[in-house]
Amino acid sequence: MQTYNLEADGLRGLNSALHAQNDTVTEDSWEVTNPKGSHAIACGLDAPIEVTIKGSTGYYCAGMNQRATVHVEGSVGPGVAENMMSGQVIVAGDASQYAGATAHGGLLVVRGNASSRCGISLKGADIVVQGNIGHMSAFMAQAGNLVVCGDAGDALGDSLYEARIFVRGTVKSLGADCVEKEMRPEHLEILKYLLERSGCDAKPEEFRRYGSARQLYNFDVDNAQAY
Amino acid sequence: MENSKTPRTVPIQSETFSNPVNAEIRRAAATGIYDIRGGGAKRKVPHFDDLLFLGASVSRYPLEGYREKCETSVTLGTRFAKNPIELDIPVTIAGMSFGALSGPAKEALGRGASMAGTSTTTGDGGMTPEERGHSSKLVYQYLPSRYGMNPDDLRKADAIEVVVGQGAKPGGGGMLLGQKISDRVAEMRTLPQGIDQRSACRHPDWTGPDDLEIKILELREITNWEKPIYIKVGATRPYFDTALAVKAGADVIVIDGLQGGTAATQDVFIEHVGIPTLACIRPAVQALQDLGLHREVQLVVSGGIRNGADVAKALALGADAVSIGTAAMVAIGDNDPKWEEEYQKLGTTAGAYDDWHEGLDPAGITTQSPELQARLDPVEAGRKLRNYLKVMTLEAQTIARACGHNHLHNLEPEDLCALTMEAAAMAKVPLAGTDWYPGKTGF
Repeated sequence: MQTYNLEADGLRGLNSALHAQNDTVTEDSWEVTNPKGSHAIACGLDAPIEVTIKGSTGYYCAGMNQRATVHVEGSVGPGVAENMMSGQVIVAGDASQYAGATAHGGLLVVRGNASSRCGISLKGADIVVQGNIGHMSAFMAQAGNLVVCGDAGDALGDSLYEARIFVRGTVKSLGADCVEKEMRPEHLEILKYLLERSGCDAKPEEFRRYGSARQLYNFDVDNAQAY
Repeated sequence: MENSKTPRTVPIQSETFSNPVNAEIRRAAATGIYDIRGGGAKRKVPHFDDLLFLGASVSRYPLEGYREKCETSVTLGTRFAKNPIELDIPVTIAGMSFGALSGPAKEALGRGASMAGTSTTTGDGGMTPEERGHSSKLVYQYLPSRYGMNPDDLRKADAIEVVVGQGAKPGGGGMLLGQKISDRVAEMRTLPQGIDQRSACRHPDWTGPDDLEIKILELREITNWEKPIYIKVGATRPYFDTALAVKAGADVIVIDGLQGGTAATQDVFIEHVGIPTLACIRPAVQALQDLGLHREVQLVVSGGIRNGADVAKALALGADAVSIGTAAMVAIGDNDPKWEEEYQKLGTTAGAYDDWHEGLDPAGITTQSPELQARLDPVEAGRKLRNYLKVMTLEAQTIARACGHNHLHNLEPEDLCALTMEAAAMAKVPLAGTDWYPGKTGF
């Protein structure tokens, strides 16, 4: 285990040391102390390493992650795991806006709540939020899964493409072109897998599924009121 | 009964309700949908044609055209990046996406730019291996949609351009209609084949200049502070946008004027939002000068650049380089009269074809149709672009030497005069034959 004191040794040094693992892994377990809300911690990783951040972070923690597993023992600022390609990011606390924005792959787990626009423009990653999510979540989400164990705010899944949304609690309102859909066996399988992977004891049968009505896929002037 | 010889009022067409205006009203009434098209503003606006160079005279001497050197190189990204981009000429190729353009067209742009010693730029939809392979210097656009965005390509790029807006549609997103979403385009953008692809108008994970500063920090950290970071804006409030982009940490500011093109947007947006290219250069330069960063943060100007005179004028007003999109497309074959018969079948004519979003381009440039794109030979088209870039550079050098300068960057506002009051006001250079421009104090 390599311990890095972020406050004392600086962001550039930390990310450089972590990026040095991209070619050859010399140390597969890292601990970052004193994050104190700093931005861009552990972004751009591309190695099968495990990084534990001992506290809360600012913007874009674990941004564009590839292959690494990043644990945050606190809450995260906006854009955690944005554009993640693979690997895992697990947040013990809450997440601010844009959690998992545009992420293509990998798994983001938020054990607390996630703020607005969680999973915005999602492109294939899986996001599991054990608490509630804010408004406009999964806006224009293209692919992947957003699992919400609590409640969802306004305009869920607005202008959704092919991403799947699963909500256990209530949905305040659905966005344009987002509808409730039948929960089929294959969806229960996906849910079961994601809940187990994220360490959540909720049951798949407790969730409802939401997806795109596909009415806005091609512009039609009769749908203008929806835009 | 009226005598046939009685003089009558001749029919007078309304300037306000002209035939084209009425035709558009009828089209809107028939279809219920606004007009979408490609390209930039077609309306006449004050432009570089409204400026002239003064040339050398008794007070300054010229350089010999075929004997004395006039340098053209430019380095972009000197502020923070470890690896600034060094270009042989101050003319770059603007961002145009694979998807909006065919694969052979992107290849031709890469080939031509590389042969001329300059950079080309990706677009919405990400970087293709062909584009990277044929572009010696490639700028990777970081767009609101993030289609095809991935850190591997980010690291392969020579520079990163954070796109806030573009001149054809400041404040607007994009639209690639379903007929151009081929299997490959759909796969790159993680979208179903054949649907209309909407590109967001603002970034999903930052909103204002304070956030942008942090976003740039993230991009720099991911790429180990190696890549120059450009910020591209559509020309609207150039002084403040430039100042805020500098504050956010940009190495290079790209300002795209009203005449800058797009693949597809509402005509009303293209023609009525934003300000002309000519009007945005001096305020942007003023912002850089006020911050003490003119030439340290480089300014790239685009939108309606057509020839070496335009290049020289933009540089004389304080830009470090220019960028071309529409002109590059024309150079490789867009709107070529040799396809006139086919343009006629599409209800248009060579020079006016702008339905790029429909994917039916006879020249094989703005299409994903395998049959149409096979018409464009990327090697030959690349050569044409190289030639065109060389001519632009030679023209700019000719003017610079005539003004007595041994580097294009030594051109200055004092080399210019304006033909119109509007151009004089926008460019802040004197009306020809006077020492006055609107707004100049002391009179």
